[in-house]
Amino acid sequence: MKKISGSSLSRRQFLASTAVSILFTSTSGSLARSFSGQLPWSPFAGDPPTPVRPGPWLFFTHDEAQTIEAIVDRIIPADDLSIGGKDAGCAVFIDRQLAGFFGNFERLYMKGPFAKGFPQQGLQSPILPTQRYRAGLAALDDYCRTTFSGRAFSALALPEQDKVLQELENGSIDLDDADTKTFFELVLQNTMEGFFADPIYGGNKDMVSWKMIGFPGARYDYRDFVGNHNQPYPLPPVSIMGRGDWGGKG
Amino acid sequence: MARKLPRKDVVIVGLGWTGSILANELTDEGLDVVAIERGPWRNTATDFNVGYMQDELRYAIRKDLFLRPAQSTLTFRNNVEQEALPIREFGSFLPGNGVGGAGVHWNGQTWRFLPSDFRCRSHLSERYGEKFIPDELTIQDWGVTYEEMEPYYDKFEYLAGVSGKAGNINGKRQDGGNPFEGARARDYPLPPLDMTYGPKLFAEGAREAGYHPFPQPAANASRSYTNTLGVEMGACSYCGFCERFGCANYSKASPQTTILPVLMRKPNFECRTNSEVVRINLDRSGKRATGVTYVDAQGQEWEQPGDLVLVCAFILFNVHMLLVSGIGKPYDPKTATGTVGRNYTYQTYAGVEMFFDNKNFNPFIATGAIGQCIDDFNGDNFDHSGLDFVGGAGIMCASTNARPIATRPTPPGTPRWGSTWKKATTDNYLSSLYLNAQGGSYATRGNYLDLDPTYKDRLGRPLLRMTFDFPDNDIRMISYVTRKAEEIAKVMTPRQIVPHYRTKPYSVVPYQSTHNIGGAIMGSDPKTSVVNKYLQSWDVPNVFVIGASAFPQNAGYNPTDTVGALAYKAADAIRNLYLKNEGPLVPA
Repeated sequence: MKKISGSSLSRRQFLASTAVSILFTSTSGSLARSFSGQLPWSPFAGDPPTPVRPGPWLFFTHDEAQTIEAIVDRIIPADDLSIGGKDAGCAVFIDRQLAGFFGNFERLYMKGPFAKGFPQQGLQSPILPTQRYRAGLAALDDYCRTTFSGRAFSALALPEQDKVLQELENGSIDLDDADTKTFFELVLQNTMEGFFADPIYGGNKDMVSWKMIGFPGARYDYRDFVGNHNQPYPLPPVSIMGRGDWGGKG
Repeated sequence: MARKLPRKDVVIVGLGWTGSILANELTDEGLDVVAIERGPWRNTATDFNVGYMQDELRYAIRKDLFLRPAQSTLTFRNNVEQEALPIREFGSFLPGNGVGGAGVHWNGQTWRFLPSDFRCRSHLSERYGEKFIPDELTIQDWGVTYEEMEPYYDKFEYLAGVSGKAGNINGKRQDGGNPFEGARARDYPLPPLDMTYGPKLFAEGAREAGYHPFPQPAANASRSYTNTLGVEMGACSYCGFCERFGCANYSKASPQTTILPVLMRKPNFECRTNSEVVRINLDRSGKRATGVTYVDAQGQEWEQPGDLVLVCAFILFNVHMLLVSGIGKPYDPKTATGTVGRNYTYQTYAGVEMFFDNKNFNPFIATGAIGQCIDDFNGDNFDHSGLDFVGGAGIMCASTNARPIATRPTPPGTPRWGSTWKKATTDNYLSSLYLNAQGGSYATRGNYLDLDPTYKDRLGRPLLRMTFDFPDNDIRMISYVTRKAEEIAKVMTPRQIVPHYRTKPYSVVPYQSTHNIGGAIMGSDPKTSVVNKYLQSWDVPNVFVIGASAFPQNAGYNPTDTVGALAYKAADAIRNLYLKNEGPLVPA
């Protein structure tokens, strides 16, 4: 094997003064790049999350929003431990998630052919979360109107809502046009994500869930407290956006 | 049509741990090296930023830093009777992507394998007789001994700044360390991490039960550290955002925190990102690689000629690369012939959950590799006479995080929503503990990797196909060790103990471990291995295949220390043997 010569090295060192070269021109955000000679670095090159802003629904229709708000408010009911899922922002969280890459499974392998498979082979359906919510919420309201003399899910009494959700969970209701069990599991998963994720994504208002369980959030240094065994951690939680009493939007 | 680029001395496929180690060693030798990485460039300040890295949804749930199945995945079935279907969403294991590879998102649990692990079949035959080994197992020796590995383990541990306590220095027992470990030349570069409350209670319970607890070796720096390349690491801050995250604190060892600051300054190294190697090219004889062909993010195909090709991707994609390049004979389980894809193994996990009253573990104060462990039931550290299995598992109390979307334990029978769920979640969040049993995984004739006949990746290549289920031996092994963990749990007197036994079938849905192992295994016989003891291909001697793909079966430990050691071992062989005499380093 030929080892590179000294003159070749110095030529390359010279070239390295332009350390990052774009190999191949393109307007794409994920360029193929070549790096040599030094650590690539440019100021402010980070990729921070974009805070969810209040405002109109991005995915849900008015009717869908009413239904999902009612659902998240039973999954996480208001009680002496916390506000309910609706006030915590779980429906807004789900709306913004469905409007983003999650809603269309952009990151997943969605090539066919699609087959049912065994449970241990995992997700095999071509149905996207956006489609599942659209069909599932409509089918749920249809079921409720048929069963409860014309009332949609959000118009049911709270014990009735709980009963319907329990029946969705245990499979004793079979909604038309929707894989009922998968739909329920998706809603449950997304509601919990909204309740426990950083408030920057629209749920967990005022870090309500973190205060409830005692999670300090986005703190990054516990060295002073590692050795304080079996003692409550004294500081309140903090979000990526900070905390309300900092004057920010936490 | 591929455009041809100027020749390089060395072409590396993938810039994770092994690619970075090999690149740094071979550029020191004066070679001109290019690494081709299918994912993006990543560095600490930009991509693992302290202002927003503590984001469970983005990094742990939506898996921002991992390989996205849309880019590449594999298909899976339990056995040849089933039809394999694509893993559309990664669950059971999470391959890395981008510069740093899986070294970005690992926990830092940095274990050496036992001396007996490297002589697995010989050791068990000598101790119990050949007939004691269950027929279903195709376990074999590595073709290398622990003593040969020791200097390379040492080299990786001092690169990575591992925090721990030696149990055996040059054959002399050390109080407080692992009494079962192989002899090491010197202690760890850093003292153990400060211990949190849960592991401390476990260590007390284990000691009371007659076992030998010790702190888990951690590539989370317990103090600031300047490594063997002169790169500085910061002391770990116990933030609890380790696995699935990049470290914002320069405390967890990764290529970014230990090698790249040196490697990237070298003029004879080049890294090309967002560029995926399609295949290794062979000359007409099929016995010599001429380089690789890769596709960049814009879809342009390039041919990169090179004298030496190092396959340094994640293990599954190492095997895939050999299969799509036609290097070596694919394994056929019907005839038990061929080698590529043979002896695919995994890791066998089980655990015991404990719920306490009046205890506060502050479980969010955590690092990826903090914890206390016992090795009394790992490997062949205990007498298997009269037992119906071989192998073993470590038992550890190693709470790595309490990020609440995924980690909020409740006792069995608790509803999953509503006020009752909320109360149980609040009552148990700070006061529950988990003991892991991390077991080895032994190879069988029917567990293997090959190419899928139906499903293709975005470049039109067949996906890799995984055929795997837990061997009955391993289920018996992990059940035995889980019962031992339950006994220790009882000594710790929680309110409630909930064992989680491992059962068949293996599922790709719940997360278990990213310790995928084998498929391009090392050995001393080309009929039963893909690479020799230097990780050199038996079939194409200017190709080396580096990584956990080389383990003939898995031990009851995390693989990275052994992966790093093997990378240094291969680099040493290339520098001191191969470059002097290009060709097979071991006669076939």
